[in-house]
Amino acid sequence: MTQAPSDATTIRLEIARYRPEQDERPVLERYDVPYRHEWVVLDALNYLKDHIDGTLSYRWSCRMGICGSCGMMVNGVPKLTCSAFLRDYLPGPIRVEPMANFPVERDLVTVLDDFMEKFQAVKPWIIRDGEQPLEEGEYRQTPAQLADFKQFSMCINCMLCYAACPVYQHEDEFLGPAVLALAQRYNHDSRDQGKGERQELIWSDEGIWDCTFVGECSAVCPKHVDPAGAIQQAKVESTVGWYRSFLAPFGRG
Amino acid sequence: MRRSNEPLFWSLFSAGGVVTALLVPALILVTGFLVPAERVEFGRLEAILSHPVGRLALFGVASLTFIHAAHRLRHVLVDMGLRRFRGPIAVAAYLAAIGGAAWAATVAFA
Ligand code: SF4
Ligand code: FES
Repeated sequence: MTQAPSDATTIRLEIARYRPEQDERPVLERYDVPYRHEWVVLDALNYLKDHIDGTLSYRWSCRMGICGSCGMMVNGVPKLTCSAFLRDYLPGPIRVEPMANFPVERDLVTVLDDFMEKFQAVKPWIIRDGEQPLEEGEYRQTPAQLADFKQFSMCINCMLCYAACPVYQHEDEFLGPAVLALAQRYNHDSRDQGKGERQELIWSDEGIWDCTFVGECSAVCPKHVDPAGAIQQAKVESTVGWYRSFLAPFGRG
Repeated sequence: MRRSNEPLFWSLFSAGGVVTALLVPALILVTGFLVPAERVEFGRLEAILSHPVGRLALFGVASLTFIHAAHRLRHVLVDMGLRRFRGPIAVAAYLAAIGGAAWAATVAFA
């Protein structure tokens, strides 16, 4: 929705600052920055860092919703700050805080180790028992086979879904939305043969089963990955596998 | 890492969700409105529900609804912060559901 340019000339930011050498806990500090109709929250942060306080720390890179590094809480909602327009928050103030549910390293920078570990744990790459010989050509896929996982492959690892997930908030072990969507992305790829290797973790109590289908992950996802849908899909598959293991205890679940 | 047994509970929960959503409004409509308004004859309803298939269906709806409610209550309580009691909560919730199902059986098959 485009609004008429506002006649605001400045807008107030309330930024969570945490400088471990001087702050015991994050504190909100207020800054007035110029208001421009076409500016996003990240532009305002860059202005603040360039002209008002060069010590402010935050992550960003692409400025176009692709790198996934600029996620923060904007007025309490996980957002890519490069895609959140100031004009949608008029007249302000705009509260900018580090992504919820992650430890804070400094100011708006969070510690991502937990996500990175879980990310690798689901083996997010194509696993094959063996490569087919070169003369057989490439691994071809039909449009239907592509459609089966394409949406899950759009994830940019921005972790907004983790910041939105009330289960991840109190279950440290929970693999979480993006990682489980990523697992589905490979499990549903017709070229992949690694489902069995991923299942052990995903079908365990720490895998999908903490999810209570709150759905906030899909609501905040800037790429419409629908991680909540991916987890529901995995639950159905796990349930089928569970019943099947009684019918054929020695078969592959 | 042990495979979770949650699929058992989750599948019953899902089945309960489906029958609750589909059949309970219909049952309320029939027993709460259509029969009292004499749009449906009580005798016909009674005949359907005393047929063995009708009894079984009634038992199915009631018991799955109890399990659905128990599972939901269990997760809501844990999510609301009673994590330390998750074991006892699960046992209590499912025991209550089994009790409810047993009661439904005595009513349906009496
Ligand atoms: S699933 Fe969506 S919200 Fe989560 S990390 Fe990927 S792109 Fe971001
Ligand atoms: S800066 Fe890359 S997604 Fe925002």
